[in-house]
Amino acid sequence: MRARAVLLLTALAVLAAACTSTGDDEGNELPTEVGDGEGSVVIVSWAGYIERGETDPAYDWVTQFEEETGCAVENKVAGTSDEMVALMTGSDEYDLVTASGDSSLRLVAGGSVQEINIDLIPSWDTIDERLQDAPWHTVDDKHYGTPYSSGFNVLGYNTEVFGDTPPTSWSVVFEETMLPDGESNSGRIQAYDGPIYVADAALYLKSVQPELGIEDPYQLNEEQYQAALTVLRAQRQLIGRYWHDAFIQIDDFTNEGVAASSTWPFQTNVLQAGGAPIDKVVPVEGATGWADTTMMNVNAPNPNCGYMWMEWSLNPKLQGDLAAWFGTVPAVPAACEGNDLLGPDGCAGNGSEDFDQILFWKTPTDDCNGTAEAGSCVPYYRWVTDYLAVIGGR
Amino acid sequence: MIDTSTRPPALHRVSTYLHKRPRLRLLLLLGLPVIWLVGVYGGSLLALLLQSFFRLNPFSGVLERVISLDTWKTLFTDANTAVMVRTIGMAAVVTVASVVVAFPLAYYMALYARPKTKAILVLAVLVPLWSSYLVRVYSWKLILAADGIINWFVERLGLQVAFQALLDAPGIGGPSLSISYLGQFMVFVYIWLPFMILPIHASLERVPRSLLEASADLGAQPAFTLRKVTWPMAIPGVAAGSIFTFSLTLGDYIIPTIIGDSSPFIGLAIYSYQGVAGNLPLAAAFSFIPIAVMAVYLTVARRLGAFEAL
Repeated sequence: MRARAVLLLTALAVLAAACTSTGDDEGNELPTEVGDGEGSVVIVSWAGYIERGETDPAYDWVTQFEEETGCAVENKVAGTSDEMVALMTGSDEYDLVTASGDSSLRLVAGGSVQEINIDLIPSWDTIDERLQDAPWHTVDDKHYGTPYSSGFNVLGYNTEVFGDTPPTSWSVVFEETMLPDGESNSGRIQAYDGPIYVADAALYLKSVQPELGIEDPYQLNEEQYQAALTVLRAQRQLIGRYWHDAFIQIDDFTNEGVAASSTWPFQTNVLQAGGAPIDKVVPVEGATGWADTTMMNVNAPNPNCGYMWMEWSLNPKLQGDLAAWFGTVPAVPAACEGNDLLGPDGCAGNGSEDFDQILFWKTPTDDCNGTAEAGSCVPYYRWVTDYLAVIGGR
Repeated sequence: MIDTSTRPPALHRVSTYLHKRPRLRLLLLLGLPVIWLVGVYGGSLLALLLQSFFRLNPFSGVLERVISLDTWKTLFTDANTAVMVRTIGMAAVVTVASVVVAFPLAYYMALYARPKTKAILVLAVLVPLWSSYLVRVYSWKLILAADGIINWFVERLGLQVAFQALLDAPGIGGPSLSISYLGQFMVFVYIWLPFMILPIHASLERVPRSLLEASADLGAQPAFTLRKVTWPMAIPGVAAGSIFTFSLTLGDYIIPTIIGDSSPFIGLAIYSYQGVAGNLPLAAAFSFIPIAVMAVYLTVARRLGAFEAL
């Protein structure tokens, strides 16, 4: 009955959120200079994104900022993208949010975040060029935030199973195959249990069934979408358990004999550090990934400190430490060199060299992210319903 | 002196005032709980019911505040009814198994154990409830894993063939115990068992010894006494315990994510529809399924006298 209680609470929360107004467009004048700090800045972020050395003294990128700017950092941790959207909607309490690709455009469309003046962020040019105008935070040539961090969904595999012939294609998790150790992959593979995984199937189809004409795995028409679901239904027959929690997957790689699965570099890094025979690869089809952006509330109470944090968040030391802490790829390439926590090969270990093969997460919308007429693409809520049915064996 | 004694103290006057007005007394006594139950609990249920008659625009996925039955039609599609059948089936099987496991223990505790043994047994039943639910589920994952403790014993005892046959059983098996309905079922029974033992124990404690002796004096075999005397008197306890095990299994959404083959349960489906898809109407409609099931269940349980043993 706990589920019901949670639902009741969220229902109330949503009702309450619906009653308050969404951010209003006021003037839309970009600030031209960063004034004196207001003394504090409130950041909504993922767990582990704003570290002040309390978890591990070596990982502290807040204290120095506070000393230099006088802006005390207050951190509100959010567990899901939906929570982030709910917190930012109509709020005049929070200044910044580290939004992922599945919520950033929703925040922009809902008027909850403001355009930022990149001239006020001196380090803007140090950002990886491929991220500077990324579509998950740039709308109509307006910038709605600074890139913070990104990570990829790679193919993890057991080196003892694959031996001298490591997998090069996602086919090992999508089709029944004899693995190099002489046994079928049935029951020995995993897939991510989030609906966005439909895009992974679409990415695979883009290579193996080019006649479908899939260009962007996040923008699927009905036919392409149904083809992806067919692949996923066949995959269901091969899968023992879907993965959801990184630590459960680590345990499954160790104790359940998982031979191959989509995974994050985080899991393979932890497994390798523990001596497990696990490695990772970005297959020939490419891979999906996620990228987070620091965005500013339209009603930010401390915009000056907010701008100061956005600038600070791009310094190479912070970026490198964050990448080491989280197993991610820094938004600033300079961070990859000379970082003790990250080590000389840290960025490559987290996948930085595969950047060009990554298709970053966007929320599927019925107008194909604004590139086509409404109704042309299958929207996200159907991905959720249908993927749940696939996992349920339907 | 005389003046004060003729005027009773303030508290006394309040009590006299209330004594003459039973309705006001009732209002003061029950007002707050009723506001809580009707306003907060009932009100949110009503809001939920209302939500379930809204719908998502089938193309854009945007919430439309229009009264329609579309959401309820979606609710009874194949994939969703499969989720309901899976969850209700698991709750039923877990409840029956809990009775089978709990009854002998409760029986021993209530009728045979000496006070000291009984205290130890009650403590043993309760202690797991003091540790985190998550920790216990995670440790079961290790027990049931392919390279886990059960498998280790199976190998040492040379039972691999029988064990593999069990895992190959259609419907309940899987690549390993921790990835099967069988393993999921074991964990559910383990987690909710105390909630079955305690009410049965409570109801058996109330069985007068004299009844059992009378039954024996009249020549009844122990099995006959169990069937005709003890069991009927334990039924309220069993029904009360089954309310717990059934409703807790029905609502759980943690165990199915950690143990089993990831097939969604009702709680998980609601969570996905609401939290991930933003499909609040469907989540609201879905949450009425367990409510309806429990309403039926409680009606039956009341007939069996479950509320006398709580």
